[in-house]
Amino acid sequence: MYGRNWSFRITWFRILLILFVLGAVAAALYRFIYGLGAVTNLNNDWPWGLWIGFDLLCGIALAGGGFSTALIVHVLHKDKYLPIARAALLTSLLGYIISLVSLFLDIGRWFNFWRPFFYWGFHSVLFEVFWCIALYTTIQVLEFGDIFFEKVKFPALKKILGYMMTPLLILGIVLPSLHQSSLGSLYIVAVDKLYPLWWSMLIPFFFVWSAFFLGPAMVTVEGTLAAKAYGRNPELPVFQSMTKVTMWMMIIYFIVKMIDLNYRGVFGMAFNGSHESNMFLIEMIVFILLPIFMYAIPSIRTRLWGVVTASLLVVVGVVFNRMNVVFTGMAKSVGSSYFPSIWELLITIGMWSFLALAYLFIVENFSILPKEEHTHTTTRIYDTGFHA
Amino acid sequence: MSNGVLVDISKCIGCRSCVTACKTWNDLPVKTSQNTNQWDAPVDLDSDTWTRISCHIVGEGNQRKWRFVKRQCMHCNEPACESACFTHSFEKTEEGAVIYKPTELDKDYCVGCRYCMIACPFNIPKFQYEKTFPYVQKCRFCYDRLLENERPACITACPTGALKYGNQEELLAEARQRINSNPGYVNQIYGEKEYGGTSWMYISDVPFEQLGFRTNATQKSIPSYTWDVLKWTPYIFVGWGALLTAMRFFTKPKEEGHNEAEMYAPVDPKE
Ligand code: SF4
Ligand code: SF4
Repeated sequence: MYGRNWSFRITWFRILLILFVLGAVAAALYRFIYGLGAVTNLNNDWPWGLWIGFDLLCGIALAGGGFSTALIVHVLHKDKYLPIARAALLTSLLGYIISLVSLFLDIGRWFNFWRPFFYWGFHSVLFEVFWCIALYTTIQVLEFGDIFFEKVKFPALKKILGYMMTPLLILGIVLPSLHQSSLGSLYIVAVDKLYPLWWSMLIPFFFVWSAFFLGPAMVTVEGTLAAKAYGRNPELPVFQSMTKVTMWMMIIYFIVKMIDLNYRGVFGMAFNGSHESNMFLIEMIVFILLPIFMYAIPSIRTRLWGVVTASLLVVVGVVFNRMNVVFTGMAKSVGSSYFPSIWELLITIGMWSFLALAYLFIVENFSILPKEEHTHTTTRIYDTGFHA
Repeated sequence: MSNGVLVDISKCIGCRSCVTACKTWNDLPVKTSQNTNQWDAPVDLDSDTWTRISCHIVGEGNQRKWRFVKRQCMHCNEPACESACFTHSFEKTEEGAVIYKPTELDKDYCVGCRYCMIACPFNIPKFQYEKTFPYVQKCRFCYDRLLENERPACITACPTGALKYGNQEELLAEARQRINSNPGYVNQIYGEKEYGGTSWMYISDVPFEQLGFRTNATQKSIPSYTWDVLKWTPYIFVGWGALLTAMRFFTKPKEEGHNEAEMYAPVDPKE
């Protein structure tokens, strides 16, 4: 395995992805030279658009798979989840890189990006977000170093990393817990602006909690995709046993949400027929209650299509929720409307294409996915408790 | 106590002298506005327009009347923009002005993230979208003039005395006295309590909600909301970290680790 050279198979699909990336790079250069106004539809009413709302907020939430699996595998030592641990780490790392890139694109004065490291606006939620994301991305790169040096031999470095691993792992859970929640706290500032169905002093809790239960669902979806792409067996037993965590966490999420709405006396707003209330109902019924039921019913949960569909709903649901916070919930107080320009869309597509390409390259060259022997006999191995 | 301005909406005639004075003193380019078929021109504040007059027709039939409202940064006592900025580019000065450092003090911290725009409850800070390296712009209470013991340019330009500059406390007292002695006024001083109070305060003879003011505003300052959440950060950091460390060692498997290198492998990119 180690003697193998670097390889990257070229297919038409990958060529298409590469074209998207090149297009995005060109658009990004244009943006850096001519400014935000020249490429985006952002304006004074909508200072935050697609890049912050989708690439950053959703990208980071979708990368939640990293910290939830790290917690389950490396802190609680539930070894049966080991087969998915590395893939989760990898997608998480890539997700954070996307978020950092989109942040960099989005700030008007990008050459000043390092300022918050030196000028402490510690009363700003964004300050916490910025520090946590920067530190956590570094930590993930180091964690990935462990895998990297399995292929690229550098024993001394690998040893140092080995000593650092426990503190890194712990920090690698604490930091994302903090900033997943503070991504929600960002909107606390919008007291009278964000629609009351979403604005709440509990929004940090909702954000971190949903990022956590999104993790297993995300791992299921991307695990199935990867299995499809490489003609492997999906890790169905692992996926199934994770549904319990997700389901209970979602039930708690739902209950807290209802209590919170009642406590603030805005429960009725969910049924007032406005655009906001309809979006809220869809979010709750289609993306929270429906997956809970699908996870609860054994004949759905134990089938691959069942787990995958339910998990997909969870994933889309979290994206839907973030979009509601950033766009639907703010629209009324803003008055005007926003739709991303073709350039904003192009850059977003390019960034996610890059993510896909990087993922493909890395799993084909590093030890990320479990060896084939394991996957063929998954059921038996996991039932007896893998390596335990 | 710092300084502020009392705006008496019933006295404003909508002449826009203050708008011109602001442009002149601050050397702001004039943008030709399109004919919008409205009396409001410019229609909104922008990076080169730090104050404007909005026009409102209130009442019915013969009771119909015009009212003009000067808009600009409210210079909050505890500004949301200041608390939101992660490079501390905004600052509430002793004089009462909320200034934005890059242009005021020749410092250059702003990274252009525009979180201040999300934070401001009055939608005041505006961004220079047309520039390559844009700044945030807004009314700075003519801070340079305040330092010279001069009144802000708009105040000196107002021909009707609708704007009064002075000590914030005294202005409040005067506003209350004006309201009490004239039943024509609405019994509210906008800016006394809104978002923890603002240096600019308004009194009016027409209900504020008819003039485009956000009247359901909370009385707590916005920074106090965020601080209620942020103050927990260190405790969560330490507590959650300690708990995780404990759990990691407590649940450590007896059997010594797995050979992870044996368990994973690169995927064969075969068909
Ligand atoms: S009105 Fe807005 S920009 Fe002005 S001080 Fe208050 S929060 Fe800051
Ligand atoms: S845009 Fe500039 S001033 Fe506004 S919050 Fe960001 S860094 Fe601070």
